[in-house]
Amino acid sequence: MKKELTRQQYLDLYYYMRLNRAVEEMMVKLFRQNKIVGGLYSSLGQEAISVGTAYALEKKDWLAPMIRNIGALLVKGVRPRDVFMQHMAKYDSPTKGKDGTSHFGDLDNLHIVSPISMLGDLIPVMTGVAMAGRYLGQRIVAMTWIGDGGSSTGVFHEGLNFAAVQKAPFVLILENNLWAYSTPVRKQVPLENLADRAKAYGIESYIVDGNNVLAMYSTAKEAVEQARAGEGPILIEAKTFRRMGHAQHDPAEYVPKEMRAYWEARDPIALYEKFLTGENLLDAKGRKEIEEKINTLLAKERDFAENSPLPPPEFAETGVYCTGDDCHKIRAKWERPIAEVTPPRSSVEAVWTVPGFGSGKGSGGAHAPIHFGDTQPAETKPAEAGKSAVQAPAKAAAKKTVKAVPASASRKARR
Amino acid sequence: MPGTNGSAPSGTQVTFLEAIKQAMFEEMERDPAVILMGEDVGVYGGAFKTSEGILERFGWERVIDTPISESAMIGAACGMSYLGLRPIVEMQFIDFIVCAFNQITNFVAKGHYLWNAPAPMVVRGPSGGGVHGGPFHSANPEMYFVHTPGLKVIYPSTPYDAKGLLKAAVRDNNPVLFFEHKFLYRRIKGELPAGDYTVPIGKAVVRRQGKHLTIISYAAMTHTSLEAGEALAKEGIEAEVVDLRTLLPLDEETILNSVKKTNKCLVVHEDTKTGGIAGEIAAILCEKAFGDLDGPLMRVTSLDTPVPYAPTLEEYFLPNAKKIFSAAKELARY
Repeated sequence: MKKELTRQQYLDLYYYMRLNRAVEEMMVKLFRQNKIVGGLYSSLGQEAISVGTAYALEKKDWLAPMIRNIGALLVKGVRPRDVFMQHMAKYDSPTKGKDGTSHFGDLDNLHIVSPISMLGDLIPVMTGVAMAGRYLGQRIVAMTWIGDGGSSTGVFHEGLNFAAVQKAPFVLILENNLWAYSTPVRKQVPLENLADRAKAYGIESYIVDGNNVLAMYSTAKEAVEQARAGEGPILIEAKTFRRMGHAQHDPAEYVPKEMRAYWEARDPIALYEKFLTGENLLDAKGRKEIEEKINTLLAKERDFAENSPLPPPEFAETGVYCTGDDCHKIRAKWERPIAEVTPPRSSVEAVWTVPGFGSGKGSGGAHAPIHFGDTQPAETKPAEAGKSAVQAPAKAAAKKTVKAVPASASRKARR
Repeated sequence: MPGTNGSAPSGTQVTFLEAIKQAMFEEMERDPAVILMGEDVGVYGGAFKTSEGILERFGWERVIDTPISESAMIGAACGMSYLGLRPIVEMQFIDFIVCAFNQITNFVAKGHYLWNAPAPMVVRGPSGGGVHGGPFHSANPEMYFVHTPGLKVIYPSTPYDAKGLLKAAVRDNNPVLFFEHKFLYRRIKGELPAGDYTVPIGKAVVRRQGKHLTIISYAAMTHTSLEAGEALAKEGIEAEVVDLRTLLPLDEETILNSVKKTNKCLVVHEDTKTGGIAGEIAAILCEKAFGDLDGPLMRVTSLDTPVPYAPTLEEYFLPNAKKIFSAAKELARY
């Protein structure tokens, strides 16, 4: 591991990993006390992924967590009490008891989109977030996570393909934790590296040691900046292991003992502590201080959560529809001149040619008009002279044709 | 058409399709947050040319030709709506909307209820039969979505309503599904007022006044019901024809007012019988107007089969004025 962050950044990563684990440990206790209403999922051993990747985002960026990304939520600014209350179905929780687990979001402040249980759906949704951000001139990046199992869904393909053709500023973290419930990755995907899926979409990919928080962070940081620069979506495969069962009820006896032992010896927090100690960034005293800070915080947060009531029954009937401006004032936040996307500047002349198309004999020569045009910016002529208002997707797509990334080259992660 | 509200004398005659196109143009002109996305909507102008000229007017960023990925485009529209955009998504044929069923019913529809996230977006496309499109280009899949709280479902019958309701849908803060009966696209014309107007979502309209029975219908079958109404009048039966216009939320008030007046109700829809809106209307009448009914609720609908291809089969499958006439006569005898 190479030193390249500030001391505070190194310690932030440590703090959030410890906080992630402590929040989940506390929820296991609450679960055993029957205070958790539904299921409880664990990200034990995968904290480096949630924390390292979310830490690469800026405040204005958007993320959508999956079930094992509580760490990402904490990094983005979600309070532990909200995580507790969600699981306990409390009225003060972000969804006021209408949904549980990490199924909550915050459009206005933290820029978090709530997941649903159907896997993969977030991929097109976050593609849309990324496209809208680009359209509005916000220069944001959208990030979400998916598992090895979730990468088998149709919407994973539809979403990533759409993101790729649109060159959307979108980063997808594929957490390959080797198990989708009881199904091993070998039965899920016939690939050694799930990052290879990126080849099908002509996008860049990385393979990272998911138990190395610094590798996760630096790779995600690079990917986020690439995406922000308009280079299109990026897929990062994080290789890791799901240490607990699918949820609390599942003892995961189907996992081979040797596999579990191998990964338990590679605990991401223990590995990072070793690094921090070696670099003189953390000593026993500093560690104790962080532990105490977390313990004090979580005791307070848990008490708040426990004291929150369940929602009143009739609350079930409310909120199906937005009732208008009193309910939500929906306003797009423009950070570019609106004139760029309104006529006459938005107007384009309809000339549909593809360079090189039909240049052979009898075809009408190069630049022969065709019915279904390519969106090459050379043919995009604004009605008014001046800068093209329509450069974002089209120009980016043309500037750099699809870059094929061989599997070996995709191993860009710093270890 | 009798009862069409708001037809301004100064307006021009336009087709149903042109009315939809006008609504999209005007909304995109009015609000830069409105964008259009779908298969072949840009360069080609849409499979039915509903969006012809929109790309040339509004440009690549606002008119997006997508891959053949209904889940991706509806998911992306939802994400866009979270940043305050108001996307219109075209299904090339509304049959294909079920490819995105999960995205619509689980992601889009539930967001406001679960986490207070409104998704102002419109999914629209050509629906319905009668044009020999076969089993996958003729569907009326509206009831899958009427059963989904959080959505609004519109199915207009006139150019005036199509334009006004589509504009209302774009401005609504909720996800709205907008069904365009393709049989009407170029067959039905109407006068449109010159200026901006909307038609309220969730309000039915009485298209024909009558006293002997109420025929409740929507979309293309409204016209068929009116045709039957004229034939019935010749036999001394005055049928009141109600056009629902919006299926979700359903305008119970207009339904109840009419049936309390005529005491008899026939529901006509092109959707198949089992699970169609007629069953829901029957339940509402039983709950709220049981004492007012002088006869059984009757229904004329398509058969409980897929939409068949051959003209002979499709004509047999669909409701028509003759079938409505017979059922209405039988009902009038009570």
